[in-house]
Amino acid sequence: MCLAVPMEIVSVSDDGTAALVNMDGTQCSVDLSLTPGIQEGDFVVVHAGFAIEKLDRDEAEVRLQLFEELAQTQREEIARRNGGE
Amino acid sequence: MRYLDGFRNPDTAAALVSHISDLAAILAQRRESINIMEVCGSHTMAIARFALRELLPENLRLTSGPGCPVCVTDAGYIDAAIALAKEGHIIASFGDLLHVPGSGNTLAQCRSEGAAIEICASPTQALEIARQNPKRQIVFLAIGFETSIAPVTTLIPSASKENIENLSLLTAFKLVPPALKALSSDPEIKIDAFLCPAHVSAIIGAQAYEPFVNEHHIPCVIAGFEPLDILYGIEGILRQLVAEKAFVENQYSRVVRAEGNRVAQEIIAKYLQAADASWRGIGIIPESGLKIAAAYSKYDSTARFGIEIRVGHPNPACRCGDVLKGKIIPPECTLFAKACTPAHPVGPCMVSGEGSCSAYHKYSR
Repeated sequence: MCLAVPMEIVSVSDDGTAALVNMDGTQCSVDLSLTPGIQEGDFVVVHAGFAIEKLDRDEAEVRLQLFEELAQTQREEIARRNGGE
Repeated sequence: MRYLDGFRNPDTAAALVSHISDLAAILAQRRESINIMEVCGSHTMAIARFALRELLPENLRLTSGPGCPVCVTDAGYIDAAIALAKEGHIIASFGDLLHVPGSGNTLAQCRSEGAAIEICASPTQALEIARQNPKRQIVFLAIGFETSIAPVTTLIPSASKENIENLSLLTAFKLVPPALKALSSDPEIKIDAFLCPAHVSAIIGAQAYEPFVNEHHIPCVIAGFEPLDILYGIEGILRQLVAEKAFVENQYSRVVRAEGNRVAQEIIAKYLQAADASWRGIGIIPESGLKIAAAYSKYDSTARFGIEIRVGHPNPACRCGDVLKGKIIPPECTLFAKACTPAHPVGPCMVSGEGSCSAYHKYSR
């Protein structure tokens, strides 16, 4: 039930209380009461029709890079172990 | 999309699993097993869907916790909702809840007998139902954890602004941090670390777990719902256990801030107040819930209709309570996949798409 998916803001209503979002080509309206200041082009996490938080794209990239670095270190470790046998 | 697919890379996952096995091997020399509880139902479902349990070393046990809001909703709450429906009021509810058994019937059975029960994907639909039915009373079934509490609570200022007088909330809101505390204090349950929920944490903030960690010295790692998020969360937990440390680690930093969503927290603080809550199968946990604040009691269904939510009497053979506390895994219940299936659920853990029994039934048989 607490599943929420990232969606891209397509447009924000004039009064800033609602937005149109895009998720894999499907558009729907979300309530922005809990995330004032959201702008077109931002990614938000949507739950029960409400944007509950903005997705920080820089943090997402940093995290993906961190995963890859850890994976790479482990691959090298595995290669070292296999080479040592 | 990169923000989904990037976190599902199988090659990176394989390397992470190998690293996890190395850490688990270090811990195997020090302890019999490692018990990690994933508190949130969405984690439970993702773990089952991506078959992560099968990838992990044998001495690492992932146990599902009480974090599926439908699953922990007490039978007595369903009874109260059914009673209001039978009085002729319109019930507005998230869909999952309709199939949760009360002491007798479900809301779905009640609906098939003619009661007005409307399914809402978003709480704002309840406002529309109220506008279209000015002569009827609308009762919104306000359940959920912090993630849902904030959106649902906006119904109060929205109804107030529009002078909608025929909408009230039957609340059974639940909070995650008090549940962690209750589970950790139960001598029958041994949990070495918590994988903390993603979107509850987006609302309450990473720092909300600090008082718990400081008191109980159990690692708490916040992780997203994608496979790499979960594996990296487990890796973070094992790193803490190897180092014999316990702290709050926020690995879902793309969405969760240290302080959480302040706007959501202000709405919750203004319209709601702490309350004891009854968790199905667990019992009453002090101050583990929220109810409508006295100043806004006109929006509280129990005040409006002069009712109280009593303790329910669920089917005694159902072991959802033990599943929710991580004492047993679903196949250990005698009803599992026999008397209790997704088509004919006996207990709430089989009803919800995020319930442990439902996840096991769908992916692990």
